[in-house]
Amino acid sequence: MDPIALKAEFPILHQEINGHPLVYLDNAATTQKPRVVLDAIRKYYEWDNANVHRGVHTLGSRATDAYEGAREKVARFLNAASTREIIFTRGTTTALNMVASGYARSVLREGDEIVITPMEHHSNLIPWQQAAKATGSTLKYIPLQPDGTVSLEDVEKTVTEQTKIVSITYVSNVLGTVNPIAEIAKIAHRKGAVLVVDGAQSTPHLKVDVRALDVDFYAFSGHKMCGPTGIGALYGKSQLLERMEPVEYGGEMIDFVELYDSTWKDLPWKFEGGTPIIAGAVGLGAAIDFLEQIGLQQIDAHEKKLTRYAMERLSAIDDLKIYGPREERAGLVTFNLGDVHPHDVATVLDTYGIAVRAGHHCCQPLMRWLEVSATARASFYLYNTEQDVDRLVDALVKTKEFFG
Amino acid sequence: MSHLDDLYRRVIMDHYKTPRNRGTMDDGSVTVNLNNPTCGDRISLQLQIEDGIVKNAKFSGEGCSISMSSASMMTDAVKGKTTEEALSMAEKFSSLMKGEDVNFDEYEDIEALSGVNKFPARIKCATLAWNALRKGVENGQGQHEGIEQ
Repeated sequence: MDPIALKAEFPILHQEINGHPLVYLDNAATTQKPRVVLDAIRKYYEWDNANVHRGVHTLGSRATDAYEGAREKVARFLNAASTREIIFTRGTTTALNMVASGYARSVLREGDEIVITPMEHHSNLIPWQQAAKATGSTLKYIPLQPDGTVSLEDVEKTVTEQTKIVSITYVSNVLGTVNPIAEIAKIAHRKGAVLVVDGAQSTPHLKVDVRALDVDFYAFSGHKMCGPTGIGALYGKSQLLERMEPVEYGGEMIDFVELYDSTWKDLPWKFEGGTPIIAGAVGLGAAIDFLEQIGLQQIDAHEKKLTRYAMERLSAIDDLKIYGPREERAGLVTFNLGDVHPHDVATVLDTYGIAVRAGHHCCQPLMRWLEVSATARASFYLYNTEQDVDRLVDALVKTKEFFG
Repeated sequence: MSHLDDLYRRVIMDHYKTPRNRGTMDDGSVTVNLNNPTCGDRISLQLQIEDGIVKNAKFSGEGCSISMSSASMMTDAVKGKTTEEALSMAEKFSSLMKGEDVNFDEYEDIEALSGVNKFPARIKCATLAWNALRKGVENGQGQHEGIEQ
């Protein structure tokens, strides 16, 4: 895999920001889009655009084929048992909310438990707070180890026979922790709970196999993996999706509608009311092809190598504190530079053309656990190089001098 | 680098490193807690207002150099001013953030924040304290919670 050659495929990366070539290190927030994805969206609108599952005309068939073809790609990409198990959503947040309102609220009873961790993104935390309040169940947290990992003994202790749902992120967007999902699935299932996984930060970077991991629900977003914004998917085991109530009612998800009652379409369409994000699905399909062509294993290996290099170089900067585990981490580094506020760090880096994230990363409880109000984060993707890391390190050294 | 020097002028860094009026008052008649959910910055501003005059102002909170130095300058500037004068100063500050040429007379430190105008992403940092001031003066006594949109 050649990140420099890959960079050429991303038009946006070839520009200057404040007089410097752009170094884009905010990939955990959103990734850039390769030409093949942009072309696929354009071609769809220029050539195939029509509504899906309705028209009997040629364009209608083409649009339907493109949309359902994208679903097949997602199913294959995650190794789902069938396309019935793939529901297109706006992204991870919508998918997790769908499980929390459509599935959880119908199965949870007073006294039941929902188990999550303090490292969850707000998208995998607030829906569960609300589901717990609505059903009288208890929200419980698996504690974190000092290095920001989760121990299986703690999972074993926190998940009980009362636990109906365990929901956890595969990869932390702040700590870079990679959670042992397959082992957690075994524990959850042994106690009779279902496992929901927030795959926003894992799907773009690791080979994910929902059947090998034996997860019950899995959510991800297209825009963090070279696809467009506004599209993502929820995977759910079909027997669970059968039990799940639709979250949105309206056109396209119906079977028969009578004056006072209606029936729903079969999976997965009963969850896709309204005209779906067709071009988004087409773009996501193109992104999956692009990633598979490079190989997820290769992407993972490249990011791990780059992160090791970044950790090594960043550790050499005085007063720079890195959060999360030192080993076995995903392709991002979250840090603070002495007492310089991360917003100030991000502004100075921006003047050198370097884009990083600064703030609470939609993880306020985790910030409290880290005892900081905010952090800076550099997150990598397939087009980042060691030279990008060098530019970051040089700019951080200058930031330090500036704030002296 | 001149671009940056413009944002982080010496006077701003001075207020950030040795903030004026940082702390709390027991007899603060108005407390405004304002936060900016997008970045996690928060400020707690206390104003002691008597006979239409801002007798004292103190702040606490967490944020970047821009938000904290702006709070330091603002609390210094409004002390001893009538509530009308304080509000018109807040108006002037909004104009400064829009890139207009504004004169703060004896509180010329504030003018150093004019450079923020070139960093649109940071304008909210600079206005946080001033919006707390506006809220405190307009809503009067008691405790006020708010979110900076």
